Amino acid sequence: MKVTLGWLREFAPFPTDDPVALGDVMSDLGMAVESIEHIGAGLDGIVVARVLDLRPHPDADRIQLVDVDRGDGEALQICCGAFNMAVGDLVPLATLGTVMPDGMEIARRKMRGEWSNGMLCSGRELGLGNDHAGIFVLDASATIGASIAETLGIVSDVVFDLDITPNRPDAMSVAGVARDLAARLGLPFAITEAVVDEIDGDIVSAASVEIVAPDLCGRFHVRMLTDVVVGPSPRWLADRLTAVGMRPINNVVDASNYVMLELGHPNHTYDLATVADGVLRIRWARDGETITTLDGIERRLTAGRDGVIADRSDVAIGIAGVMGGATTEISDSTTSVLLECAWWQPMAVARSSKFLGLRSEASARFERGVDPDGLDRAARRLAELLAPSGARLVRGSITVDGELPVTPPVRVRTSRANALLGTDLTTDRIAALLGPIGFACAPDGADAWLVTVPGFRPDTTTETDVIEEIARHHGYSAIPGRLPRSVQTGSLTPLQRDRRIIRSVLVGLGVHEAMPLPFLAPGDLARCGLPAAAVTIANPLAAEESVLRTSLRPGLLRAIAYNESHRVDAAALFEIGRVFAPPTEGVLPDEREQLAVALADRDVGAVVEVWRVLAHTLALPDPVIDQSVVPAGLHPGRSGVLRVDGAVVGEIGEIDPTVQQALGLRERVAWMQLELAAALAPVHGGHRYRRISRFPSSDLDLAFEVDDAVTAATVDATVRAAAGELLVDLALFDVFRGPPVAAGRRSLAFRLRLQALDRTLAETDLVGVRTAVVRAVTALGGVLRG
Amino acid sequence: MIEEIAAIADAAPARIAAATTIDELRSVEADVIGRKGSLTLLKRGLGALDAESRRTAGAALNAAVEAVEVALAGRRAAIEGAALADLVAGERLDLTETGTGASRGSAHLVTQTWDRLVDVFVGMGFVVAEGPEVETDWYNFEALNIPSGHPARGMWDTLYVDLGEPETVLLRTHTSPVQIRVMTDQPPPIYAVMPGRVYRRDTADASHMPVFHQIEGLVVDRGISFADLAGTLEAFTSAYFGGSIHSRLRPSYFPFTEPSAEYDINCVFCEGRGCRTCQQTGWLELGGCGMVHPTVLRNVGLDPEDWSGFAFGFGLDRLALMRHGVDDIREMYTGDVRFLEQFPS
Repeated sequence: MKVTLGWLREFAPFPTDDPVALGDVMSDLGMAVESIEHIGAGLDGIVVARVLDLRPHPDADRIQLVDVDRGDGEALQICCGAFNMAVGDLVPLATLGTVMPDGMEIARRKMRGEWSNGMLCSGRELGLGNDHAGIFVLDASATIGASIAETLGIVSDVVFDLDITPNRPDAMSVAGVARDLAARLGLPFAITEAVVDEIDGDIVSAASVEIVAPDLCGRFHVRMLTDVVVGPSPRWLADRLTAVGMRPINNVVDASNYVMLELGHPNHTYDLATVADGVLRIRWARDGETITTLDGIERRLTAGRDGVIADRSDVAIGIAGVMGGATTEISDSTTSVLLECAWWQPMAVARSSKFLGLRSEASARFERGVDPDGLDRAARRLAELLAPSGARLVRGSITVDGELPVTPPVRVRTSRANALLGTDLTTDRIAALLGPIGFACAPDGADAWLVTVPGFRPDTTTETDVIEEIARHHGYSAIPGRLPRSVQTGSLTPLQRDRRIIRSVLVGLGVHEAMPLPFLAPGDLARCGLPAAAVTIANPLAAEESVLRTSLRPGLLRAIAYNESHRVDAAALFEIGRVFAPPTEGVLPDEREQLAVALADRDVGAVVEVWRVLAHTLALPDPVIDQSVVPAGLHPGRSGVLRVDGAVVGEIGEIDPTVQQALGLRERVAWMQLELAAALAPVHGGHRYRRISRFPSSDLDLAFEVDDAVTAATVDATVRAAAGELLVDLALFDVFRGPPVAAGRRSLAFRLRLQALDRTLAETDLVGVRTAVVRAVTALGGVLRG
Repeated sequence: MIEEIAAIADAAPARIAAATTIDELRSVEADVIGRKGSLTLLKRGLGALDAESRRTAGAALNAAVEAVEVALAGRRAAIEGAALADLVAGERLDLTETGTGASRGSAHLVTQTWDRLVDVFVGMGFVVAEGPEVETDWYNFEALNIPSGHPARGMWDTLYVDLGEPETVLLRTHTSPVQIRVMTDQPPPIYAVMPGRVYRRDTADASHMPVFHQIEGLVVDRGISFADLAGTLEAFTSAYFGGSIHSRLRPSYFPFTEPSAEYDINCVFCEGRGCRTCQQTGWLELGGCGMVHPTVLRNVGLDPEDWSGFAFGFGLDRLALMRHGVDDIREMYTGDVRFLEQFPS
């Protein structure tokens, strides 16, 4: 919300010398200053000048040479980029030394070889709107040499743009901001009552109000204005509205807006002639009921959501708290005005404006809650503003109450305030902080106040609410910090530590961590060879982001494709992230954390190595690649499931070539995915020391011809078991297929390193191991090769 | 014989010095002191001499052999040294033309920031808690004192999922629901931080993503006050950003805290002097914080008269971008290796 310093000063004598410092105080009170704009500033050196001559610049097309008279009768040459003025026109001239509102200083300078002795100004350069198309040509009645500010009646002011939080209904008005600011600065604050002559009249026979829905409207206050002449607003009022970002329309609408901005009371004006018998009925809307609002748009209303003001024949002529209707709008022929100031149920207005998509200045204020006790003051202020145009306020008013919230006084304990804030405030100090912002404190025992909350602070209903006000006005920065002493030792959970280990392993292996978005398009899962069942988003931004991933695969493969399409080959990526399967129980999805590794342009061997290093580093019990199961979407001959301690915990292999083709991937992709919770569930880690023997070791090389159906892992395990405790290392150092090895079989060559802890091995030891290993592998169908 | 010995002994050094290879040296060795070498053959003739001559000639012979052996050893060392020097010289490598193959991967910038933040808080005695990314309306809103229809719900553009009743299950809009889970799962005292991924119905642009990350802090204990909040954030600020960066709190509004505050830090680019990034204010807005609202405490079964606490939360992505001067958040999420590999640590 925007306020100007001049407007604020109508309520308290704020200093004008340092707007930035004033802004800092507003921010410190929770009314965050988003920007400070000076209007009418920097106009001091700008005077009215007459154009004497215009001629082309000899050396430039886009600028011309202008001779002007600034009042001393001499011709002053200016280079100017605008061409919209004629000889004799009066124009604003920024003289040498002038500092423009944007900070630029006007100096004598040469432009393409011609001297320019000042600058002619556009409307925007003067801070008057946004017109930058040409020079601001002045009315012919202006006095040459006079200051431009004086000529245009520009009053310099400072505009603060404030970010007002939802708990500050009071700060949605200039007066409210002034009250808060004055309280902090210790300045006297007052809202002057409107001075307005009331004329005799009979509002009771001219209008009537019925609240059919008391849960919608807490108070409906009506006054009447006669002799209204619709026309433009006075200059000062229009300027002020413009300064805070509101477009002047006509004196009635402008006065209405002015009162809303100044006092925080949205109000509505009806052309009394268009309201049959002046009857206003406040009720909930009916389903499907329509109304054309002030903006000319027909709105369809919903029962229980929208409230309306209806006329004598029960036709809606306004949407409660949101926007008036077109049929009763003020027009040029309006003479009598019915003025509505109401208190609407905040939740009702919030709901209605949200679903109608009609957020207005009025609804923003009704949502936060307006002061039900200030309605007539607002009405009188509006009449005061319109009085110079001839409008007369009719004596008397109609006020009908619905259900208004009752706000009992709040008991505020000094001890509680100090405990919550970490302060040492006295009971008296608390009253001194609360008084100036309208919170009346009555004693309630030695340590507490019974605080009466003013009507303009409906947000404040509890002791903590009031303590927040105490803190705000004491100043957050005045509360000294202290460090609480944690009674526990800070630490990571085992899972959090394991994640770090996993990442360090993968990073060390040259793999980069990616974070694709977890949203998929319909069909993405199927394209990746995965089941399509998934949780969908009810209100996605785009259909391509409407499905929650059940696997990390689509996202990482998309990232691989992205890299391929940007000529980054052999991308090596991993991700640790959540996946979401439809719920197995309860309402929440089956949400699990997975690790996935995708190595482009690598075959399955590369990812098997990754798996081995991970399993070894984490010391997972009994890590196994089980090829008896082909995971969906992986290469049928080059994939399997991963087991830890017998349980399936993931998948490994190459992406199925048909999937690769469907995704348009040029490179083959080695793939691994792990369910982190399952993989890390068995007791793991804790690498135990194995004693290193000081005695010599002996190597034994054995090659076996084994059927393809028997996995190397099986032979490995068999050899280990048969070799017994003398075996300290076992390596599969050669795999060979082809003659003389029979088809469907291959040769697996193992090197066994044998060593004893307590002695040098004897020949009989080697023979014994060899015999046992050969016998065991033979039992698998293996044949020892020569 | 003495003359013969002298002649051989005199000739030997030149022959030895002339040898340029180990093989040549061996042949000289064989010729002089080998089994059929000239001195060896003379040794065999000693028996034919009388005792006096034998003694004299024997001594001369032994001296000659020893001199030859010394000369041979010296020459051998020289030849071998030269050979090794040649070998070493031949192995010269331009080190800058090698070693271009190995590469290290990288943890994601978000992860790096996450870990750095977590490490600071762990050092301050916090544990690290996590919660689900798909949440119920209760955890994300209701329990946090944001009932249905509350105007404050407009502060978050929520993505709902098609589970349960309409608009009851959602992608969490902040990490605050983890506060509720932590307070529900364990009795105070609680000192926990909760990093996590959050979701908003936001169109991606240079500074927004529909998916981003936050870290939330929660302390619930007896006698915890706003002063503890201010002190904790100040300690964190200096620990994370450096000793010259300080924090300030400004009044604000969040439904789940009261009093509520905005948490600002000195601009890390200009250290508070004012620059473009901080729009000349000298301050950067980092996040929100406040005292845990009594309603929130009651919602998890804690008596606000007995327990109090504070909570804070701020965005993690922006810290990652700030540290490395990345000006478009979308860059972090494409998976482009050319981006990722720039940040090996």
